[in-house]
Amino acid sequence: MIWYIIRRLLQGIPVFFGSTFIIFSMVFAMPGNPVLRMFGDRTPSPEQIAALEAKFHLDQPFLSRYFLYLGDVLQGNLGTTYAGQSVNEILARTFPTTLRLALLAVVIQLGIGVLAGLIAGLRKGGVFDNASLVITLLIISMPVFVFAFVAQWLFGIQLGWARPTVGPGAPWSDLLLPAIVLAGLNLAYVLRLTRASVIETSQNDFVRMAYGKGLTRGRVIPVHILRNSMIPVTTNIAADFGILIVGATVTEGIFNVPGVGNELFKAINRHDTPEIVSIVTILVIVYVLVNIAIDLLYGVLDPRIRYVK
Amino acid sequence: MRITRIAAAAGGIAVAAALVLSGCSSDNGGNNNGGGSASTGVVNVAWGEPENPLIPANTNEVNGGQVLNNMFAGLVYYKADGSWDYDAAESIESDDYINWTIKLKADQTFSDGTPVTADSFVKAWQWAASNPDLLNQWWFIDAIAFEGGTYDGGEDTLALDVVDDTTFTVKLAQPRADFPVALGYTVFFPLPESFFDDPDAFGDAPVGNGPYKLSEDGWVHGESLNLVPNESYTGPRKAQNGGLNFIVYATQDAAYADLLSDNVDVIDTVPTSALETYKDDLGDRAVEQGSAVFQSFTMNYNLEHFGNDDEGKLRRAAISHAINRAEITDVIFQGTRQPAEDFTSPVIAGFDPEGIEGSDVMEYDVDKAKELWAQADTINPWSGTFQLAYNADGGHQEWVDATVNSIKNALGIDAVGLPYPDFAGLRTEVNDRTIKAAFRTGWQFDFPSQANILGALYVTGAGSNDADYSNANFDKLFREGLAAPTQEEQSELFNEAQGQLFEDLPAIPLWYGSVTAGYSSLVDNVEYGWDSWPILYNVTKSE
Repeated sequence: MIWYIIRRLLQGIPVFFGSTFIIFSMVFAMPGNPVLRMFGDRTPSPEQIAALEAKFHLDQPFLSRYFLYLGDVLQGNLGTTYAGQSVNEILARTFPTTLRLALLAVVIQLGIGVLAGLIAGLRKGGVFDNASLVITLLIISMPVFVFAFVAQWLFGIQLGWARPTVGPGAPWSDLLLPAIVLAGLNLAYVLRLTRASVIETSQNDFVRMAYGKGLTRGRVIPVHILRNSMIPVTTNIAADFGILIVGATVTEGIFNVPGVGNELFKAINRHDTPEIVSIVTILVIVYVLVNIAIDLLYGVLDPRIRYVK
Repeated sequence: MRITRIAAAAGGIAVAAALVLSGCSSDNGGNNNGGGSASTGVVNVAWGEPENPLIPANTNEVNGGQVLNNMFAGLVYYKADGSWDYDAAESIESDDYINWTIKLKADQTFSDGTPVTADSFVKAWQWAASNPDLLNQWWFIDAIAFEGGTYDGGEDTLALDVVDDTTFTVKLAQPRADFPVALGYTVFFPLPESFFDDPDAFGDAPVGNGPYKLSEDGWVHGESLNLVPNESYTGPRKAQNGGLNFIVYATQDAAYADLLSDNVDVIDTVPTSALETYKDDLGDRAVEQGSAVFQSFTMNYNLEHFGNDDEGKLRRAAISHAINRAEITDVIFQGTRQPAEDFTSPVIAGFDPEGIEGSDVMEYDVDKAKELWAQADTINPWSGTFQLAYNADGGHQEWVDATVNSIKNALGIDAVGLPYPDFAGLRTEVNDRTIKAAFRTGWQFDFPSQANILGALYVTGAGSNDADYSNANFDKLFREGLAAPTQEEQSELFNEAQGQLFEDLPAIPLWYGSVTAGYSSLVDNVEYGWDSWPILYNVTKSE
């Protein structure tokens, strides 16, 4: 097991180098001098351009800049933004918020998605099953920003049930609406996955056997059916957790959540290259780690996978 | 929501009844917000994270500028209409408009208790002038031209002399009657001693001498910046509220959603998506007024067919006549831009396009455009495509397409927009003079004087003269205008100088910007200034 983990972590290393190199070269290969952007419509003097290029190491060739950056990153220093803020600090500030938002979204997915999926699966072809099919199809077909704007307009502005954006300190109550929006899309998948899995498990011999032993529905459904149906669902949610952290940019922007996605959104608008590269790099690392965790989770949930080498 | 609205209405009736009962109350003052002079509520302002540390000489964008403007008091300040009055200064005087004597009001302090002296200004300006990596350093060299200013820096380069604690003198490189007008701009703010010990720490938590100071929470990066009234400030811009809370928004849409639900009180831009509805949403809390922003496109004189000769002049004039500015501002911008009539701005003193010879070149006139274009063809036949370059990351495509279509339809030539992926890419080619197309240009006024734009864009060798325009007559008229002792004389000379610009058209003026903004139902006395910034110290909000 330990060797398996180490092997997976080692596989992450080329992914890290490859992705940072690609991001770095793409951002820095963009035509034009970022110094000129800082002056807007005004034209700086050659002396000013030279002074600022030296300040941000823009006067050095691409490869030496990449290795300078990489050296800093390996020492745990993700660099500073053009505004002089440390990217480490920015991430330390924004990551907890994004993590909380993602957690809340996962809880919503688990709570509503699994329960509804279970009911739909047990009463296959019933009214609830058909209704949930239509509703989930509707949600899946809707782009996330449409869902987000509609939710913000309806619940935040028209009904006044929630703040349209997340307030100072990002309290849990403010995070609920964006978390529901974030959960929405994957909720549909979780529901349908649970339903299919429950139907499949219910037809297994061990379920008939359990009923045959005289066990009640109250024991068979949670212990025998649900538990064995959860393997694909859990891995789907774990994978989604990675996507939630990495991909909440649009939702965080709309609800003004002070998280990583929002920071990335602003950094891109400001063309703050050091910040963009560092944040994306961290997101890549997080995604790699989450994927390793998912692979390990398979083994924990299904002993058969653990023993087959 | 509904409950609060009913409560507010009832409150309004109660106030009206009280006024009726007290009878003569409307005679004294007539101030309609009833109670005392200053309110105590904290005003929430939609904001964005500044792009640079909060150091006056290194701040050239609106977010940092707005905060500094409320935390510092310059020698003068600007009123909503663009006129100026003394703030920290008692007098700014000169006999020859070259040698200036500046006297400060006595007994002023920074919010940390240290005194504001002549040194606070002189040291701040010298420091700014000697650091070429500051974004606003050009002020001391290009914009105002202090005696001794150089771009490559060096210690104490400017000709500034401290006479005593509250008096210092300035020597300019050329006579400039409007020098005091410029002194309200951010870059001329004073700095306390503590700044010079550690500029980086100061940029994170500035200490000023203005109407507000940082609260204990201060600047929570990425979230908000909190200001409270500065009790030691004694100037004319006294805070009328309990503080300012600048809230960081990633998008204008998010800020607008919060404005509709009264979670934010003042925004300075309505998002494009709400332009059609914001007047209905906000009622009389919607704001639309002119702002000191000038938009144009420029052709460098090295561009084929548009050189500094008869052909170039004819073609430039033909292009100008071929653009239907009124229709484009109406359809594309939904009336949020005003068609340009000159090279300055209608909100800046001295605006008088009617009085300038040749200003009819701004009129949409297809026949005239065709005629001028045909004349140019007899000198040197047209070939190729007219291209208008823009940065695709700035939302310019719509008006560029409309403009080139207008030119194409009027002149019957091929005209297309030429997108650059981002602003930096476009500016690099403009700066290197390698661009082979017309390109979009613009100017936001730093201080309310026509000299700001005319001097920076069209004077021979000026920093932002992207066209490489050079005309001895214009330069002469501009210099004379700068030295003219009265506004009237200056305007007359600047109008004459603009006449030369209309003849040569180094840039093709397009339209003026305007403010589209709004405020919440919780605040009163919200006014937007000539620079399109809300005048925050005057906003009142009850708790």
